[in-house]
Amino acid sequence: MLNFSRLKIGFIISSILFFFYIFLGNFNFINKTNLFLDKKVNLGLDLQGGSYLLLEIDMNPLINKKLEEKTVDLKKKFNEKKLDFKNLNILNNKITFEIKNSSQKEIAINLINKTNNDENIFSRINNNNIENANKDFVYKIEKDLFILQFNEEYIKRQKKDAINQSIEIVRKRVDQLGTKEPTIQQKGENRIIVELPGLTDPSSFKNILGKTAQLNFKFIKTSNSSSDNLGFEKVKNKSDGLFIEVEKRLIVSGENLTDAQPGFDRETNQSIVSFKFDNLGAKKFANATKDNVGRPLAIILDNEILSSPVIREPILTGSGQISGGFTVEEANQLAILLRAGALPAPMKIIEERTVGADLGKDSIRSGIISFIAGFLLVFVYMVYAYKLFGIFANISLLLNIVILISVLSIFGSTLTLPGIAGIVLTVGMAIDTNVIIYERAKEELKIEKSNIIAFDIAYRKSLLTIIDSNLTTLIAGIILFYLGSGPVKGFAVTLCVGLITSFFTAFTVSRLMVSKYLMANKDKIINI
Amino acid sequence: MTNFNFLKYKIFFLFVSSFLVLASIILVFTKGLDFGVDFKGGTTIEIRLEKKIEIENIRNSLSKLKINNYSVKEFGAVNDFLISTDNSISPNDIKNFIEKDLKEKITIRKVETVGPKVGSELIKSAIYSVLLCFIAMFFYLWFRFEWQFSFGGIAALFHDTIITVGVFSLLGLQFDLTIVAALLTIIGYSINDTVIIYDRIRENLKKDSTSELSNLVNESLNNTLSRTLKTSGTTLLSIIAVLIFGGEVLRGFAFAITFGIIIGTYSSIYIASPIVMFFKVKRDWSVKVDNTP
Repeated sequence: MLNFSRLKIGFIISSILFFFYIFLGNFNFINKTNLFLDKKVNLGLDLQGGSYLLLEIDMNPLINKKLEEKTVDLKKKFNEKKLDFKNLNILNNKITFEIKNSSQKEIAINLINKTNNDENIFSRINNNNIENANKDFVYKIEKDLFILQFNEEYIKRQKKDAINQSIEIVRKRVDQLGTKEPTIQQKGENRIIVELPGLTDPSSFKNILGKTAQLNFKFIKTSNSSSDNLGFEKVKNKSDGLFIEVEKRLIVSGENLTDAQPGFDRETNQSIVSFKFDNLGAKKFANATKDNVGRPLAIILDNEILSSPVIREPILTGSGQISGGFTVEEANQLAILLRAGALPAPMKIIEERTVGADLGKDSIRSGIISFIAGFLLVFVYMVYAYKLFGIFANISLLLNIVILISVLSIFGSTLTLPGIAGIVLTVGMAIDTNVIIYERAKEELKIEKSNIIAFDIAYRKSLLTIIDSNLTTLIAGIILFYLGSGPVKGFAVTLCVGLITSFFTAFTVSRLMVSKYLMANKDKIINI
Repeated sequence: MTNFNFLKYKIFFLFVSSFLVLASIILVFTKGLDFGVDFKGGTTIEIRLEKKIEIENIRNSLSKLKINNYSVKEFGAVNDFLISTDNSISPNDIKNFIEKDLKEKITIRKVETVGPKVGSELIKSAIYSVLLCFIAMFFYLWFRFEWQFSFGGIAALFHDTIITVGVFSLLGLQFDLTIVAALLTIIGYSINDTVIIYDRIRENLKKDSTSELSNLVNESLNNTLSRTLKTSGTTLLSIIAVLIFGGEVLRGFAFAITFGIIIGTYSSIYIASPIVMFFKVKRDWSVKVDNTP
């Protein structure tokens, strides 16, 4: 194991040079000339300061909303065709109703199918067999009781759409607030990770990210409410907390907004948000206001009435303003929310980790100090225990760090505080490889006369042991990688990469040095 | 080479170890663990004041806030404190309240908020990953050696993990996700010594199929002792540097690994090896002889 061909030596040296090249790119003062690659190790949020937020989308309201829409639709169709029904309810994600007259069963089935546009008719469940299983809705009939529900596929698709849409909107909102290099990514099927480096007070982000921002314009119930409405609902009034009955019928919603800006109303001395509808929205709004002059309108944001202005004249321009006793900050936030659009489903912040910039700096400092201390301790011990061979091991250990950092740079990995601890730990573990080899060599030297043969046997016999011991730690590291998030993941990464690079350096660099030394001092008595 | 009779006192050490494991289990179930916010859910806020202040002042101030659950402890420096509460109040409100109440300037250094759902998920995935790690090690040893070795190695790992957790319970140290990371590292690393010893036991078994098994095991332990101590020693040197200089954030983590390495080295010698003897490993290895480490 001690023979190196020229090709091998060339490979080892050129790969070390390559890693050095990458490694040096990490230092700004060296890389001023752009001579080196701009690949760097990223500092984790715990080192540079910043905020980590985990958001969870609650999908139930989304499905419920779809069911409600369906129920309203059904009711309308049933009334039109004079179908006698009772107990039309939504319960446990199912719509149920009973028909009073069994002979109307066929009519009911027909009407159910008619509530679906296109060919999206309900599939029928018969004795646990689903006909038309590929449809979005399924129904089941037990005597006179009808049970309707969405099929799994449809719900899954809705959820997928919802998360994609939410990520888009979260991104827009974060961009509006302006922060450097935010990361937004999906986690699991209903969660979103938002990482905001450099941000140490996420309260305004939390306010904005947690809002659904569903803006609706509806009429408040009055004596002249139209008869073809879909019923009424009670909505809380923001200013006094009382519940006011409004029509369920939607005039226009935030979907049709093209712009929203915070502003100030000089007449009332209030912060306001002025908005502009798109063509469709403007048309809807114009039609509704034309016929309802004198009626109060409810401007509803996330099930809360912000304001209820009375329509004095038809609004044909498609623009208007919302006044809701806002502070300047609130008006700003609302404008941002309206510009970014509404979330398809409500979202909650379920985890937050924020590190201040000065704690980050402290962590970097203590990380570097413990690295230097750990390295020196091991360094001194190796020289003490193995003399010249200890120095060989130390040189390869130094190179190991260089290679480790450059591998992390190449992958653009994130270095966290536990990650630094992982590097320090791999210093201690990487040297194990050399210890195992040298200890074995010591034993073999007692039996073998030739230094070269003794070391050769030592390298050969240690190889499997070293692979064994590195592999077990590697397995644990990989499991850790999947367990952890953020800082802990950083530790798993440096640990795993460090083990692999240490294996490389021990069997190339330090072996090369040992071999060159032994070849040059064939007859010398080795003191190890 | 050393010539200790490691196995002479094996019954004694097995007894001591069983006692420690049992005591740890009892401790964890009676005294419990001081779960960090990762597992328990809730909010922790690390604050720094401009000058030194008595912890009682902060406690008094918080008691005026009418929040249900809170605790304050010193955190590293004399003017650093860690406040833990539930999620009912925002960190900024707490900061503003104390600032006004004590008329001191406060900076928030760190905030961690974990919802109850995330907390219980993290507990679950922590337990799963530790178990998965055990299973992986078991099969690794089985694949590399024989089932007797697997049991010996796994028993030693259980021993190391349980006692480390027991020490955290005994000392009332905070147990969070980084400690689980430390446990996994211990599991992966402390098996190394065991593997080295097992390798040697097998090598000696192949050389000599007639001697008393206990003599062979003891010889193997002596063969590898210097290696076992030195590899553990160098790793210990590096992690002790983290323990001393790594700051408050890494203290628990570094402590767990330090302790785990020490107990892992002990268990490789006094738990893993005697158990292999009890199970009576196969003695005739003549079928496959070459390319052994």
